[in-house]
Amino acid sequence: MSTCLQYGIRSIKRVTHHMAHDTHDHDHHHHHGEHSELSETALRVKALESLLVEKGYVDPAALDELIETYETRVGPRNGGQVVARAWTDAGFMEKLRTDATNAIADMGFIGRQGEHMVALENTPDTHNMVVCTLCSCYPWPVLGLPPVWYKAPPYRSRAVSDPRGVLAEFGVQLPENVGIKVWDSTAEIRYLVIPQRPDGTDGWSEEKLATLVTRNSMIGTGLALSPDEVAS
Amino acid sequence: MNGGQDLGGVHGLGPIDPEIDEPVFHAEWEKRAFALTLAMGFYGQWNIDQGRHARESMHPAKYMTSSYYQIWTEGLIKLMLDTGFVVPGEVHLGRQEVTPRDLHRDPFRADEVAGILAKGGPAVRDLATKPKFAIGSKVRARRMNPDGHTRLPRYLRGCAGEIVSHHDGHVFPDTNAHGKGENPQHLYTVRFSARELWGEDASAKDCMHADLWESYLVPA
Repeated sequence: MSTCLQYGIRSIKRVTHHMAHDTHDHDHHHHHGEHSELSETALRVKALESLLVEKGYVDPAALDELIETYETRVGPRNGGQVVARAWTDAGFMEKLRTDATNAIADMGFIGRQGEHMVALENTPDTHNMVVCTLCSCYPWPVLGLPPVWYKAPPYRSRAVSDPRGVLAEFGVQLPENVGIKVWDSTAEIRYLVIPQRPDGTDGWSEEKLATLVTRNSMIGTGLALSPDEVAS
Repeated sequence: MNGGQDLGGVHGLGPIDPEIDEPVFHAEWEKRAFALTLAMGFYGQWNIDQGRHARESMHPAKYMTSSYYQIWTEGLIKLMLDTGFVVPGEVHLGRQEVTPRDLHRDPFRADEVAGILAKGGPAVRDLATKPKFAIGSKVRARRMNPDGHTRLPRYLRGCAGEIVSHHDGHVFPDTNAHGKGENPQHLYTVRFSARELWGEDASAKDCMHADLWESYLVPA
C-alpha cells in the first residue's frame, strides 16, 4: 500500500477523533536535538502569556476559545462536505466555479483566511496543487490550520519547482499526460482543490462521499480515497 | 525583501516528511502562541501585512531552522515592541514594568471570538480605475529588488506569463506592511509555464500561478 493511502486513512481517523472532541495533547517532537530549544520557547511563551494577562491585554478564556475553535470545530471535514456536495450537485459545482466564496459561505464556512475563495477542479488531464511559498496562507474555514509540512521550507521551496517530485513524496504518481497546475497563494485569495470523484461511488450520499475526501486531496498533495481504500 | 521566507525554488532543504496522523498542535506552548497572536491582532494595531513582515524580518538562518509557531512568537513580540504594548525587559521577565497602553476597552472575551473570526478581514476595496490588463493579456513580472515587504517572489521576477483571472481591487501589501496606506490595486492571477520559470528540463505540461498586483506587471 502506498504512503498516500495510509496517510489518507489516518486523516479520516483524525477527523473522527475531532468529532469525538478528543483534544488530548500530542506532545512529541521529531528530533531530540530540538528539545532544549523547544523548552526554551515553551518558557518564553508562558512568560509572554503571564505578561499579557497581567497587563490586561488578553483574557485566558478567550485564548482557550480560540484554541478549541481550531482543534474541534474548524477542520478538513468542513472542506470534505464542500467537495461531497460539489460531486453530487451540479448547480453547486457551477456556483463554486463562478463564486466559490459565496457557495462555501452558504454552507456556513466563512471568515478569517477564507474571505476570498477559489475552487480548483481536478479533471482527468489536470491536477491542481496549492502552496504558499512566502508564508503559510491556507483556507482556514474549510481546512482548519495547516499541517507542519505545509508551512515548512521543504514543501514551500519545491512545490513550485518540482511538483512531480513533491507528489511522489506523498505517494502520488500521475500519468505523464496529466498536467499539473500549481497555485502559489501570494495574495488573499485562498484555494480549495476539488479532487476527482472516485469510481465505484454511484448513488452514494453526500455524507458517505465526504469520508473519501482527505485533507491532502483538497491541498492537491493527495487524491480522494477509493471505496476499497476506506473499506480496508 | 529577499529574506528567509522567499523559498520558491530553493534547493537542499530536505524531504517533506509528512507526519502520519498529525495533531493540530504538537505542544501546549504552540496552542498558546497561536491564540496569543490572534488575540493581540484583534486590537487592530497592526495589519496582516505588517504581521507577515514582522515574521519575515527574522534572520534567514534562524527563519529556516525555526518551527512556524516559533516564528509567530518572535513576530508577535516584535509587533508588540514596535507598537508600545510591551518593553523588552517585560518580555524577558514575563512581568509588567511599565503602565499598559490604554486601549479604551477590556480584553476580548471568549464570547466575542466567534464573531470576530466569522467577520475575518476582507482585502477587497473599491477602485475608480479600470484594470490595465484583460484575461488573456501577456504580461511580464517586473524585475525589482525591494528591501521592504513584497508579495512578488524572486522566482517569478522577470518572467513572462498570461493573465487568467482578475480579482478587482485588493489592498497593496508593499505599502500596507510599512504603514504607508492600503493603496488598493487590481489583482490578477497570472499563469507561468514551468519551462518559462525553470527551463527546458521542466515538464511542458506543468504551469505555476500566482496572484499579482497590477504594479508588479508590465505588458510582455
